[in-house]
Amino acid sequence: MPEYKLPDVGEGLTEAEIVAWHVKVGDVVEINQIVVEIETAKSIVELPSPYAGEVTAILVEAGEMIPVGTPIIAIGEPAAATADAPVEIDLSNPAASGGGEGESLVGRNKADRGPVRRARKVASGAAAAHMQAQAAFEAGESPMVEADETPVPSTPATTAPAASVQVLAKPPVRKLAKDLGVDLRSLTPTGPNGTVSREDVESAAGGTSSEVAAPVARSYDTRPGERETREPIKGVRKMMGQAMVQSAFTVPHVTEWVTVDVTRTMELVERLRSRREFREVKISPLLVLSRAVMLAMRRTPEINSWWDEAAGEVVLKRYVNLGIAAATPRGLVVPNVKDAESMSLLELAQALNALTATAREGRTQPAEMAGGTFTITNVGPFGVDGGTPIINPGESAILCFGAVKKAPWVVDDEIVVRQVCTLALSFDHRHIDGEKGSRFLSDVAGMLEDPATALVF
Amino acid sequence: MSTQSSGETPGFGPDLVEVFGPSQQDGGPELVQLLTPEGERVEHPDFSFDLGDDAILGFYRDMVLTRRIDTEATALQRHGELGIWAQLLGQEAAQIGAGRSLRPQDFVFPTYREHGVAWCKGVDPLDLLGLFRGVDQGSWDPADNNFGLYTIVIGAQTLHATGYAMGLQRDGVVGTGDPDRDAAVIAHFGDGASSQGDVNESFIFAASYNAPVVFFCQNNQWAISEPIERQTRIPLYQRALGFGFPGVRVDGNDVLATYAVTQAALQRARDGQGPTLVEAYTYRMGAHTTTDDPTRYRLSDDLERWKLKDPIARVKAYLRRNGVADDSFFADVQQEADDLGHRLREGCKALPDPQPLSMFDHVYSEMTEELVAQRDGFAAYLESFEGAH
Repeated sequence: MPEYKLPDVGEGLTEAEIVAWHVKVGDVVEINQIVVEIETAKSIVELPSPYAGEVTAILVEAGEMIPVGTPIIAIGEPAAATADAPVEIDLSNPAASGGGEGESLVGRNKADRGPVRRARKVASGAAAAHMQAQAAFEAGESPMVEADETPVPSTPATTAPAASVQVLAKPPVRKLAKDLGVDLRSLTPTGPNGTVSREDVESAAGGTSSEVAAPVARSYDTRPGERETREPIKGVRKMMGQAMVQSAFTVPHVTEWVTVDVTRTMELVERLRSRREFREVKISPLLVLSRAVMLAMRRTPEINSWWDEAAGEVVLKRYVNLGIAAATPRGLVVPNVKDAESMSLLELAQALNALTATAREGRTQPAEMAGGTFTITNVGPFGVDGGTPIINPGESAILCFGAVKKAPWVVDDEIVVRQVCTLALSFDHRHIDGEKGSRFLSDVAGMLEDPATALVF
Repeated sequence: MSTQSSGETPGFGPDLVEVFGPSQQDGGPELVQLLTPEGERVEHPDFSFDLGDDAILGFYRDMVLTRRIDTEATALQRHGELGIWAQLLGQEAAQIGAGRSLRPQDFVFPTYREHGVAWCKGVDPLDLLGLFRGVDQGSWDPADNNFGLYTIVIGAQTLHATGYAMGLQRDGVVGTGDPDRDAAVIAHFGDGASSQGDVNESFIFAASYNAPVVFFCQNNQWAISEPIERQTRIPLYQRALGFGFPGVRVDGNDVLATYAVTQAALQRARDGQGPTLVEAYTYRMGAHTTTDDPTRYRLSDDLERWKLKDPIARVKAYLRRNGVADDSFFADVQQEADDLGHRLREGCKALPDPQPLSMFDHVYSEMTEELVAQRDGFAAYLESFEGAH
């Protein structure tokens, strides 16, 4: 009965987890029909069946981690014999049938064949000399030969080739010995595995070279100009610096955060990607977050406002120019999507795509950065969970979107793996109190946890 | 905020970032195309496809069988029968177009992904499987089919190709005017290899010596996980100009255009007019190798967009729409592909494991004394085991 053994689908992988079976006992499968999905240290891989026939046994359950070479499925004689039916597979496929020395090494469990070693003949003559040379390379506690074998003769071999390899030393050590005029054969090796070490050569040379090799006290280089690089503060970097100082030291910041299960948002993203009208745009969790922010602002409009110190007024804006903080080769820029609150999800996706593409090319125009009313900073792509972002000048709040990661999460009192991320909101505490900030943040988090709640807004 | 630096710098021309703007999404206006993704023949001022529909039927068969070799080998790796496989999915037109434009006397220096060119040159696909199964280190004789061994070192073969081309010049088989005698060399490489020193040195030598070599770069947009826009700031074909020979960008998913452009470039070389860089603009629809997981670094949207430009689908559309082929033709090719798949599956498993002593056979063209001594020593070592013959 042919059994499909877990192959090494990468280079040197030793194990994999069965993620999901695509077939069950009784199913009739064809050659190269996908039967199972596995996850290795490198990737998720679908495995095609090497055999045609009826599935007679699933040998490993989904969720189990198993070593390469483990039989995972048994496939019986095909219901009706076809030209493709590999009835003589066991004869023509030693790799799949396992077994002993001499069969194909491809796809076999390395652990299965690891220590198999044939017994050696009684050592004699040239072979013995060769074996001694081999043994010289081995550490004493791990002999090349089996313990029950005739010991290798301890007398020096008489053949010339063996003698020439009796002195073991690395090439740089040999070079040193040659340079210093030291005969390697005259030394007592002290290095690992009986090799002549650099120290052996140096001490034999009378210590002259040790002096050379001794570490010289390093003098401290006091010329800062030689060891430092001075870059001018200008352009995007200068703008970023001024904006951050102005905001951080005039606006009293408060930061709150919440960690949220975004599994359903990620599922929504996948569903959107498969929709025809979204085919030409990049769909990301950032898009869903942006839309959720638009909706949550309806309930907490103060988030989208500005403390006008000079006029002594708080300016509540009925439009949202949604800023996206973008890392570019030239530094941080925050272009914004104008009137984002009035856009459909598709329009918002197109606008975000265009905005980030322009920013990455370094072609963002000043007008695209002016007039922002609220900012999202997306630190997820850097693998960061969150932070305490600084509000963009002229605005009252900024939302930091952390990395979406798989994490243990409690659902119905059970710990399960979910995709979670952290949202951190900094807001201007002069006019946005903790209640408003918290409500906005939890509204947004609620929509990411369950996108259906967007209908409430 | 100042964005002056993103525009033009006086005296230094336009900002090069623009070359990867939206206008380049589909290869840009300089892309040579003779068959659209919808299967419509179109004209180009400089290049035309001069063969008849019979040739296009042949190209279709070549591409379908090449894709079958690729999918079958990928499956064999998943079965545990191959150590690794480098997929060509999506690059069939680039390889068949280039492979079919060769004359018997032309010589190919491939990468490890040139399964379609190997097919055109008559190398048995089972020989390719032997290399990836690890039972040999490339078993075909390059002299038999004028098809070099797969080169794993990235870009190294471009130097070999250039040297070989300079050898052709010294043999006097370039620019004689005899079509059966004049020969050229084609050096395959990818967009990632274009950053290698070897490739750039080859360009310089080929230009300096006017060597009869076509540098055929399949730009499949990804050097494993590194996207092309991080690899170069100008379209790759334009690099040739800096070395002093022409470069052209062809739609690598269009077998007719690839054939026409490569054929013209090879003829230039045979005529003694020197090297050409052909950038076949294509897309690696599969993984880099069976060990790679492209979903970790590229968007499925991109893959979906390129699926619409599938090299085989457009030829099939052309053949059907113009009544060149009927259902029986497509069924015959499909049957031939199935038979090939069966032969590869069975043949792969039957490939013999190598004899340990065979590793000494092809180190040098002739055995050296040292090598003989090593081989004999190893033979004695093998003999030292019980049960040895």
